[in-house]
Amino acid sequence: MLIFSVFKTLTDQRVTVELKNELSITGTLKSVDQFLNIRLDNISVHDEARHPHMMAVKNCFIRGSVVRYVQIPAGGVDTQLLEDATRREAATQTKR
Amino acid sequence: MSSLAGYVDKLVLMILQDGRTIVGTLAGFDQKSNIVLSNSTERVYSLEEGVEEVPLGLYLVKGDTITLIAEIDPEKDSAIDLSSIRAEPLPAIRY
Repeated sequence: MLIFSVFKTLTDQRVTVELKNELSITGTLKSVDQFLNIRLDNISVHDEARHPHMMAVKNCFIRGSVVRYVQIPAGGVDTQLLEDATRREAATQTKR
Repeated sequence: MSSLAGYVDKLVLMILQDGRTIVGTLAGFDQKSNIVLSNSTERVYSLEEGVEEVPLGLYLVKGDTITLIAEIDPEKDSAIDLSSIRAEPLPAIRY
């Protein structure tokens, strides 16, 4: 839930998603869901020459389970706030 | 909510977890991102020859095998000369 909330605050930012099949896609984060599936608009593939598969494509839906990394802009997230929220969530988890 | 509703009846390109590329018209989907594609074809990429298109017809693709679904711009796609493209097949997803 926490990381889902982080992604919701990042909508409309340019992010780079690295997938588990080594494909790297940069795009504008349009939406995210509970499975961390990602919708990107205005995409560009990183190594276009090696991956011409997506030449006619402008936006895409990426399944959450195949994402390795999401590179976000520096300062895109308030790390202090995130750390505090994580500690609170961890506290409630251990209580249960 | 990240939804596939925007892609219904559009020409989409799907990359599967084994590296295959399928193109078709998205007819339906569900919460698990199982997809029904009509008029689907597989595009086989290789380094030696151009892209080979294998017609598949009406397909139901299980959501857990999908890597990504992308909307194709039909004009741009028809401008591409598939026979001139040389590329390695996409790697499979490794968990």
